[in-house]
Amino acid sequence: MKTEAKLLLGLGTFFGAMVTVYWFWGNENAGSVMMFAGMLLCFLPGSYYYWWSRRMKPRTEDNPQATQAEGAGVVLALVFGIWFLVPGLGLAVWALFGGTAEGRRGGTH
Amino acid sequence: MTDVLDPPVVVEHHDEHHEDHGPTGILKWITSTDHKVIGLSYTITSVIMMVIGGLFAEIIRAQLTTPNNSLVSLAQYNELFTMHGSVMIYLFIGPFAFGALANIIVPIQIGAPDMAFPRLNALSYWLYLTGSITMLSGFFVAGGAANFGWVAYAPLSNSINTPGAGADLWIGGLLLTGFSAIFTGVNLTATIFYLRAPGMTMFRMPIFTWNLLITAILILLAFPVLTAGLIMLYCDRHFGTHIFSVAGGGVPVLWQHIFWFWGHPEVYILALPIFGMVTEIIAVFSRKPVFGYKGMVFATITIGALSLGVWAHHMFTTGVVLLPFFSIMSLLIAVPTGIKMFNWIGTMWRGEVWFSTAMLMAIGFLITFLIGGITGIYLASPPLDFFTHDTYFVVAHFHSIVMALMMGAMGALYYWGPKITGYLLNETIGKIQFWLLFIGTQVFTLPMYVLGLRGMPRRIAIYPLHHSWQYLNDWASIGALMIGLSTVAFLVNIAYSWKKYPAGDNPWDGHTLEWFTTSPPPHHNFYRLPQIRSERPTWDYNHPGHTAAEHGHSAAHRDETPVEAPTS
Amino acid sequence: MALLPLGALVLAGCGIPTVGNSPGATTVSKSVYNLWQGFTLGALIVGGITIALIVWAVFAYRRKGDNIPKQSQYHIPLETTYTIIPILIVLGLFVATMVVENKEEALPKTNVTIDVNAFQWGWKFLYPGHDVVVVGQTTQEPTMVMPINENVHFNLTSSDVIHGFYVHDFNFSRYAQPGVLNQFTIRATKLGTYDGQCTQLCGLYHSLMVFRVKVVTKAQYAAWLHTNYNPVAATAAFAALKQQTSSITPTKIDESEGNN
Repeated sequence: MKTEAKLLLGLGTFFGAMVTVYWFWGNENAGSVMMFAGMLLCFLPGSYYYWWSRRMKPRTEDNPQATQAEGAGVVLALVFGIWFLVPGLGLAVWALFGGTAEGRRGGTH
Repeated sequence: MTDVLDPPVVVEHHDEHHEDHGPTGILKWITSTDHKVIGLSYTITSVIMMVIGGLFAEIIRAQLTTPNNSLVSLAQYNELFTMHGSVMIYLFIGPFAFGALANIIVPIQIGAPDMAFPRLNALSYWLYLTGSITMLSGFFVAGGAANFGWVAYAPLSNSINTPGAGADLWIGGLLLTGFSAIFTGVNLTATIFYLRAPGMTMFRMPIFTWNLLITAILILLAFPVLTAGLIMLYCDRHFGTHIFSVAGGGVPVLWQHIFWFWGHPEVYILALPIFGMVTEIIAVFSRKPVFGYKGMVFATITIGALSLGVWAHHMFTTGVVLLPFFSIMSLLIAVPTGIKMFNWIGTMWRGEVWFSTAMLMAIGFLITFLIGGITGIYLASPPLDFFTHDTYFVVAHFHSIVMALMMGAMGALYYWGPKITGYLLNETIGKIQFWLLFIGTQVFTLPMYVLGLRGMPRRIAIYPLHHSWQYLNDWASIGALMIGLSTVAFLVNIAYSWKKYPAGDNPWDGHTLEWFTTSPPPHHNFYRLPQIRSERPTWDYNHPGHTAAEHGHSAAHRDETPVEAPTS
Repeated sequence: MALLPLGALVLAGCGIPTVGNSPGATTVSKSVYNLWQGFTLGALIVGGITIALIVWAVFAYRRKGDNIPKQSQYHIPLETTYTIIPILIVLGLFVATMVVENKEEALPKTNVTIDVNAFQWGWKFLYPGHDVVVVGQTTQEPTMVMPINENVHFNLTSSDVIHGFYVHDFNFSRYAQPGVLNQFTIRATKLGTYDGQCTQLCGLYHSLMVFRVKVVTKAQYAAWLHTNYNPVAATAAFAALKQQTSSITPTKIDESEGNN
């Protein structure tokens, strides 16, 4: 999960630098607010992933030496009754997302 | 220790078990949450939108063949170019780029059985379809469809200047398609972060998937801004607010800031997936790995990041934006784009290049995008933009770009079409399509650059005789006709090749995971999965003596111990 | 930066045919044109090299058999080179841009001012201090008269929607926007009548919003002002304009400079 975290944190940092330069140089409100919001949008899940990646067990997809046999249980579990398990998995992941998404200020509300 | 030649793990299936319970026929299509079905729906719908937008274009070009022409009225012309741009950008390339092939291919490329949120995925498609119909229904209301340009600048788009329902249907359609895109952005990000197969580390993902990840993040950063702006515009039109009107203390140029803050990332949302498609095609048809894989990834991330800081280069002539900031940021985007261009050439370099239709389209993309990209650099300089803005120079610039994207998209349909349908398209008709498209594009765009430099403004329905603009306009119209004919060739090819040439699992000797499975893939995409030890698991499996670790240098997987060569 | 004037010189000397733009009729339009030529020189070089590489690859590396070529994946020195060189080129283009940019803003004010008011679907040119106003819609094609070799200061605004004030031979355009007073200074260097047109979509008759700019000698300009002296029309026009613009802070293109 580290790469994902670094990607988002890196983007957020870049936007932070950009909005700082833009605000002091251009002093324009709309663009500064939008860039600032974009920075937050990256930092929120990014910092969550960073925190989580240090606590979680390594996943098979992050292991360069992983074998398909190791992951097979997940795949097999998924094929039974797509109508029940994929939404269920989706909901579980969504729950993770939901907590980080609450503070999202991309402008949808 | 495992190596790529371990027998692939069999993924057990109990298809019969839950096929019994599913609906059949049209109800099955409507309720399907299979990413392949949804992606195919997106593909067909977006290609239909392309044809509709293309018809508007042909009418526009017909009107412009003669000075002071009256093929269409001034009012109709304004509707035509508004809806041409809107349909092409919002309803064709966008959904094609991130909803069509992305939906079908990304899960398979990372070894996943479906997208992370299949029902949300289905919702995305239905929002897209209904949004498209909503926007196009503007043609059937009094006052006609939206007519204020695909950018809907305030105050032109307010209720005083554009009172009809067509504008509101345009706004409503975009709200629906906007949410469709946002949900797809969520889905792609979650799928790529959470559903990769064992061994598929982030830096082993195909470049197409990487590009879709950055696209998805851009969608999440940009589309909510458009949605907010559209809601504000609707409020100004109907709820008595004065956000964009001077009379109530509002600021018209605020619309432009909001719109372009979305609008510039949007063009990269359109382009990055096509970049990914072209990358895959060039690698496979050169029989080489992607050159500079990590450079490609970082270039894409850089393009995505920079794209959020350049929006006001569309506003240089407003007089109210910080010119140097947006100029330098816009010029800088040329750097990672150039890196990608050289990496594409590097992939072909010393390869064994096979000129299938897909590869021809990719090469056509390279040349056409080069022209469009370079003319974009002119536009990044405010003094040069001041006299080219809102002239045909800009129209030519972005048409070079989007026609390049169209070539990439067509290449991807020839490349992945067999994987999705199980049947190849005819290569001879494909080549006819390519040459019509490539030559037609240059005949169409190059005269328009000159027209712009000669002072022809954009969005004008008629022009006077004395400017001597007719000659160039006629060439541009001929080019547009050739492009139209290339689309006809494409449709003819689909009809002609229908179920004629079975493709097999891997007709192109492809590198990435989707070529390991059947054509079309089974219900959860794989009967068996190989071990994943590089960004080219299928290639490694099929050509064990020619993995990058053995032949060239290998940067993509420095973190693992070397794979033993097979002894047999 | 010696490359740019050198490049322009080479191009001028070689007589590269212009494709529609020209040095134009003002001091700044000439600088803009030279910048254009510098950019074009760079574009031809970079674009030419890149297309040559593509064409070479297409011909030299076409499939000859069934061999699998060497699977090279990267080349750090090469990749670094084609990262650094574009950055340098881009920085050079930026510096050249800023030089011309600053030229546009450096013209000091004199006492010739023209207020330009765009409206759906025509133009109103007001001459403060002289009680002259020129108005025309669509096919009437109003003519804005200005003196040669004078720094003419423009105040540009709109009564309704956004319009584009564009004069091809000035190599220049600027938006006329409601609630915004755009200011710029132009010094014409060639006599003549030049075409102008609205470039920003403004509604039904956008295609017809044409005007002309006539650059005349100072004597002719004074005479023209005298002939078109019309205090009644002008007072009304100025009053209307004042209503629109009294609360607007004029824009400054660059906060650090600009004697606008």
